[in-house]
Amino acid sequence: MTATLTGVDVAPPVTSVKRRRRVPGWLAVAPLLVFVAVAFGVPSIAMLNGAFSVKDQATGASSYSTENLTASLQGAYLTALLGSIKLSAVSAGIGTVLGLPLAQVVVTSRFRALREAVLTASGVLANFGGVPLAFAFVATLGNAGVLTKHLHLADHGWDLYSFWGLVIVYLYFLIPLMVLTITPALEGLRSQWREAAQNNGATAVQYWRHVALPVLLPSLLGGFVLLFGSAFAAYATAAAMVGSSVPLVTLQIADAISGNVLVGQENVALALSLDMVLVAGLVMAVYLPLQRRSARWLDA
Amino acid sequence: MARRLNLWRWVVLGLAALYFLVPLAASVIFTIDVPGQGVTFDAYSQIVSTDGFGSSLQLSLELAAATIAIVLLLMVPAMVALRLGAPRLRPAVEVVCSLPLVVPPIAFVAGIATVLKWGPEYLSRTPLFETFVAVQNQNFPFVLVLAYVVMALPFVYRALDSGLRAIDVRTLVEAARSCGAAWPQALVQAVLPNLRGALLNASFLTLALVLGEFTVAQLLGFQPFAVWIYSVGGSQAQLSVAVSVLSLLVTWALLLALAGVGGRTRTASSRG
Repeated sequence: MTATLTGVDVAPPVTSVKRRRRVPGWLAVAPLLVFVAVAFGVPSIAMLNGAFSVKDQATGASSYSTENLTASLQGAYLTALLGSIKLSAVSAGIGTVLGLPLAQVVVTSRFRALREAVLTASGVLANFGGVPLAFAFVATLGNAGVLTKHLHLADHGWDLYSFWGLVIVYLYFLIPLMVLTITPALEGLRSQWREAAQNNGATAVQYWRHVALPVLLPSLLGGFVLLFGSAFAAYATAAAMVGSSVPLVTLQIADAISGNVLVGQENVALALSLDMVLVAGLVMAVYLPLQRRSARWLDA
Repeated sequence: MARRLNLWRWVVLGLAALYFLVPLAASVIFTIDVPGQGVTFDAYSQIVSTDGFGSSLQLSLELAAATIAIVLLLMVPAMVALRLGAPRLRPAVEVVCSLPLVVPPIAFVAGIATVLKWGPEYLSRTPLFETFVAVQNQNFPFVLVLAYVVMALPFVYRALDSGLRAIDVRTLVEAARSCGAAWPQALVQAVLPNLRGALLNASFLTLALVLGEFTVAQLLGFQPFAVWIYSVGGSQAQLSVAVSVLSLLVTWALLLALAGVGGRTRTASSRG
């Protein structure tokens, strides 16, 4: 009886799926896939191809080798790559540490309006900065900036166009990104867990040390990795602010694309791009499993 | 205990407000309190008459319109079709739409620049060369639209996916079909009106992306709005900061309005 019932229940949707799949499915998805293959695939393949091909200056013939990649991991290029990694790691670390308390305060707030406002503002700030953000900070903390002049920061050795200057600017979009990333995990923390800990005599610090942080750890790590990727890929802010006084891989690539490289090293920009894609791919490869893991914890 | 918690709350919120509001306030002060001239609003009144403001803003808006049209034309039918059937394609589309996240814009533009160089190097005798020249037309560089559509895919995918999750596409389409609607009619008159919030969301995100985009446009040598702000910055500090403040505020106002619209449609649909 049950068997026939479920059989009847299941059968019609299956046939209807089969009937409909043939006509619209492929046809509607195909333009998207073709477009991406052309607009995204061709440049990616060009990058890959260029990163591995070397032109012989004398004959003009090109051959495949790993010369460019080796060059991209040496000298000034290596300095830039390491500079980018250091800047991204430091600002992502600070962003994670500062974003967590802000998100926690917002999530546990009794005022709905405050919550909504902060989360909306975070969504806006996290995604869109670029040149205007850089100029806003130049006007605030630059050499002729309002705060620099009124607080005489230059006397204390302040310089916006430096490593720490960039960190301060990057945090402007990294902290909101962290708030957005960690909020679902914080919402998943059950109040029962805190109550249970309190009933067993745990202090607030013990609760965080032994209950909340372990549960949040995958989300925090995932957030850190996401922030790292975001800082690593940032170009506009750095270009508009520091020019080339801080060595960054994005600035090196831009220089090379604009033609400011030694003859025979044109393809090093592509090799550097490939390095960046590998780092970004690594970021995603770490982030996605962490994301899935924290989702499983909080849904359970 | 409760008091300490409240103090902590206010300290965190206060510091956050300080950090996020001071640069904006300081930028405004920077533009109206010019050394040697006192308080003046010249920087703001000069914006419109400055060389390149109108043309670069117009270019950005045109690029945004074209990008939004193309990305929606590509994504909406595909996403609806995935809901109706073709489940095997869903992971493929999800991966394709997430790929741009793995390739930073600067790496992407390095690839594009390489492809564009093929034009003069290999294709100068073929009809394709004309295409290469046409997409790089200074008045309307279509190559930027291609790049922006790719860069918008992750945002648009997420916006449409959450919109489609909230409605039962299959029932809507089947209802429209049994009332005698043809496929396009079912899509336009039954599905799209229910996706209004998600479509708006996707459009606004794309608009904000295109208006603020700098990397690709600058390195390919075109001058939409963000690149113009950058180029003005070298010579007219007050003016460039004034434009920056305005453009940040306009972008944020757009996105806040969008959040408002999105929130309202969500509550409206849950009530209805």
